[in-house]
Amino acid sequence: MPDNLTTPTPAAEMVNATINGIKVQAPKGANIIEAGERVGVFVPHYCYHKKLAISGICRMCLVEVGGPMRGPDDKPVLNPDGTPKIAMAPRLSIGCNTPVTEGMVIVTNSPAVKQAQNAVMEFFLINHPLDCPICDQAGECKLQEYSVEFGKDASRFREEKVHKPKQVDLGPRVMLDDERCILCSRCIRFMRDVAKDDCLGFVNRGSHTTLACWPGKKLAGNYSLNTVDLCPVGALTDKDFRFKMRVWFLKETKSICTSCATGCNTVIWSRENVVYRQTPRENDAVNQCWMCDAGRHNYKHINAASRLKKALVSGKEMGYADALKQLGPKLKAALADRASVAFVGSGRATNEELYLFSILAKGGVSDCVPRTWDGDNFLVNADRNPNGAGAKIFGVAAQPMGSKLTVIADGIKAGRIKTLIVHQEDVNRRGIGADLLAKLSLLVVVDFRPTETTKAAHFVLPGVTYAEKRGTFTNANGRVQRVWPAVSLGGEERSDWEIFRDLLRETGQPDRFGDIAALFADMAANVKPFAGLSLEKIGGGGVQISVT
Amino acid sequence: MAAVERKILTARMTQPGYSVRIEDYLAAGGYAALKKAMAMKPEAIRSEVTRSGLRGRGGAGFGTGLKWSLVDRKSGKPIYLICNADEAEPGTFKDRQIIHRDPHALIEGIVCASYANDVRTAYVYCRGEFAQGYKILLAAIEEARAKNFVGKNIFGSAYSLEIYVHRGAGAYICGEETGLIESLEGKRGYPRFKPPYFPAALGLWMCPTIVNNVETLANIPVIIQMGGAEFAHIGTPGNTGTRMVGVSGHVNKPGCYEVELGKITHGELINGLCGGVPGGRKVKAIIPGGSSAKSIRGDERFKGKKRDGTAYDWGWQDVPVDFDSLAMIGTMAGSGGVIVLDETADIPKAIANIAEFYAHESCGQCTPCREGSLWMAKALHRMTHGHGQKGDTDYLKSIADNIPGRTICPFGEACAWPVQSFVEKFRDDFVKLEK
Ligand SMILES: Cc1cc2nc3c(=O)[nH]c(=O)nc-3n(C[C@H](O)[C@H](O)[C@H](O)COP(=O)(O)O)c2cc1C
Ligand code: SF4
Ligand code: SF4
Ligand code: SF4
Ligand code: FES
Repeated sequence: MPDNLTTPTPAAEMVNATINGIKVQAPKGANIIEAGERVGVFVPHYCYHKKLAISGICRMCLVEVGGPMRGPDDKPVLNPDGTPKIAMAPRLSIGCNTPVTEGMVIVTNSPAVKQAQNAVMEFFLINHPLDCPICDQAGECKLQEYSVEFGKDASRFREEKVHKPKQVDLGPRVMLDDERCILCSRCIRFMRDVAKDDCLGFVNRGSHTTLACWPGKKLAGNYSLNTVDLCPVGALTDKDFRFKMRVWFLKETKSICTSCATGCNTVIWSRENVVYRQTPRENDAVNQCWMCDAGRHNYKHINAASRLKKALVSGKEMGYADALKQLGPKLKAALADRASVAFVGSGRATNEELYLFSILAKGGVSDCVPRTWDGDNFLVNADRNPNGAGAKIFGVAAQPMGSKLTVIADGIKAGRIKTLIVHQEDVNRRGIGADLLAKLSLLVVVDFRPTETTKAAHFVLPGVTYAEKRGTFTNANGRVQRVWPAVSLGGEERSDWEIFRDLLRETGQPDRFGDIAALFADMAANVKPFAGLSLEKIGGGGVQISVT
Repeated sequence: MAAVERKILTARMTQPGYSVRIEDYLAAGGYAALKKAMAMKPEAIRSEVTRSGLRGRGGAGFGTGLKWSLVDRKSGKPIYLICNADEAEPGTFKDRQIIHRDPHALIEGIVCASYANDVRTAYVYCRGEFAQGYKILLAAIEEARAKNFVGKNIFGSAYSLEIYVHRGAGAYICGEETGLIESLEGKRGYPRFKPPYFPAALGLWMCPTIVNNVETLANIPVIIQMGGAEFAHIGTPGNTGTRMVGVSGHVNKPGCYEVELGKITHGELINGLCGGVPGGRKVKAIIPGGSSAKSIRGDERFKGKKRDGTAYDWGWQDVPVDFDSLAMIGTMAGSGGVIVLDETADIPKAIANIAEFYAHESCGQCTPCREGSLWMAKALHRMTHGHGQKGDTDYLKSIADNIPGRTICPFGEACAWPVQSFVEKFRDDFVKLEK
């Protein structure tokens, strides 16, 4: 594992402490912020982030700390009632850099702590532009949030504010407003320690301290947008998202990125069936709190105007049910001679889709399209198929994947293969060109967008993207992870698994896959690696299966 | 009794004709302490330093023997010694006397301290503005190397030491020991948070490190020569040795004076050694330990009981020049820079100047100091430029009150204390500016 992905720590020794009188047990070494979280005591913080090195600079997390007193004999000093006497430290301590120790007494709601929080908030705000109405972070800004909770209601600042550069172009995807920056250094530490691309730093001193790229450097790497997530304020913005939509209008849907076999956990942010952005969702078994820029920005196809919203029969739009009715008998007849039917499934399909596809393809020649790019030593997997593992488990892909595509092409050329069923792939670009496709007596394509292959198809059934359906993917490490529908185009398109269920029914298979849960249960009962699983068990975080 | 200096560290440099050349130092008995030290066991030297009671001359007055005893000697990592020659506290100009006028005294101190602590590499972090001092140090080290006092197999022994002089880039915060260490490592001079980055364990390159002030190190050969017990007889118990005190401001003879700690009062220092205030005017304020120290008002009385139980009732004239007496009256001996302001001084303007310095020098890492230091400076600038507003005095004081105790390094206190004390002690001068 690369060293920028932390390994899960083994169960640690626990220590006992109290926070605001509440008993808390925390693993040895946990800090006060983490301990507080365990019992619902929130310690405000800006610079601290659990996945970044401690910097201790914002001073927002100041708390009172005490511990059991020890006498000259090194024995605990006791109160008359036998409880240990507690000595409180004379100064406040920063919660982020103070590990909880046995018997520690932590106070986060005393007048001294509240006064300190109030003072630190004031220091943050005096030079801040305070123009939230025109700031893109409004609604998800920690400065706004804390200022309501811990700050003053009015400013008493009588001086001129410090002015700094606005609209600084840090790189291809990130913009900086230095006046909004609260100098927490999260972005610097992320780029230096996690992305291993030390490109950001502070220049100038004191209140004139300014975030900048080092001379000759740009914030350009494939992980640059994680700095936008980390930024507690509106200083760093994603050029793709900035000023397009107020966040409070957006609906959040759990999902995963399907741009490579890592399957980073994500949230899809949408409004009225339009996706506006994707952000990483924490999962220590997969992507911690991060995702790559390429995956994050790979959502434009979801709302593309060219999307297929109707079935196509010989190139003509038709209602889904009618198209299915026409296709049914033809497909059934074709499948009677399995040797004349070939199947190209997809490593981008869900496990459930692949399962149904495998039933449909039984007895015929079947393969998937391999898809690789440059992996890195961090998150990006060299396999761009999000479910190559699934395609292998269900036998939809040949071994190795793609090795049978030429067999299929040759079969069509020789006239042996007369029917081709394609899921979500443009086989035209994979050695089965228009001339070959034209030779087929039946070409059925399930896809969500038009391609050269759909153009040649006798039947096209409109499927959907990962952002519109339920189902699961198996990532490169064998982790099964769920997606949920975030948007719907409202046309005749439907979840691909429903299309395959319908095709199975129309071709005479028993109709036993009522809904996605039933389908999953059937799959779990029949495909060994999924034994004992259910969608519920997989939940938001995924479940590890054995893929070997 | 007329106040007199006690010249130990300044004995040679104040001799007519004395130069920085090694011959002059040798002729005055220089490097004999090193020779003596090299015949001793390192731990024996450390005990002598502990016995001497020497306290650090950099600002905090921390016991040097105690500091050395805290060094992690079991880490298996090299131990470094850093001589803090960043002297940048306003009003402080003692270390530069040693560097400019008797550099070999410092070098001998560094070699002795290094030998005593098993240090093989020592650094001098030289204030960037000391362009001349930097050259003098480099030349002196070469002279010492030529005589085999520095470098490989010193005095033919198995002990070798390399000394590097690093010139800072003009940041006051690089005088704070952990900011200094970061700077020496080639990074921005950002002080480290403690725990866990105590130099004694995790200092330069994360190795155990001793940071000592120039004047502190210059005392080491003296201690080796006379023995710790004898040294402890200079000055007063708990405040041993002499101190080089830089007096500036409204005095007839400003300058650097070496005095025996606790044996001379501020009255004797200012009215005696420094020839009093020009025109016989009254003292309005004294900043006794560099600009970070809380000020003393000219007409202030200090009453209380000393640790030994005897009562005291002092005006500024009666306060002995030493660590403990100044701490007792709520300020500090700090960096040994005494700034005298007479009755003609404009107190708000004086503190506006100091505040501007701190605003410029805050490293900017932690919020209260970064924002508070400039805020105070801006408020004071406005007030002293005819734009004072009702409530400004309390406003200013409350900004200062919100900084100390909440920052990474003591700069937070250093920038707040002078403002707090000036506003508390000269409130009327500030209220007068409110309109
Ligand atoms: C803001 C700040 C500036 C400082 N500047 C200096 C300095 O210029 N020279 C110095 O010797 N110590 C300075 N110090 C004190 C050092 O941190 C350190 O305590 C000292 O060098 C230790 O030496 P000593 O034990 O010999 O006194 C400064 C401290 C602070 C907080
Ligand atoms: S840009 Fe954002 S993340 Fe970076 S230092 Fe500023 S406030 Fe922190
Ligand atoms: S690493 Fe892979 S799964 Fe993660 S965001 Fe990038 S493309 Fe998506
Ligand atoms: S107190 Fe000031 S100088 Fe010290 S670390 Fe904080 S910002 Fe920097
Ligand atoms: S969270 Fe910033 S100092 Fe603790």
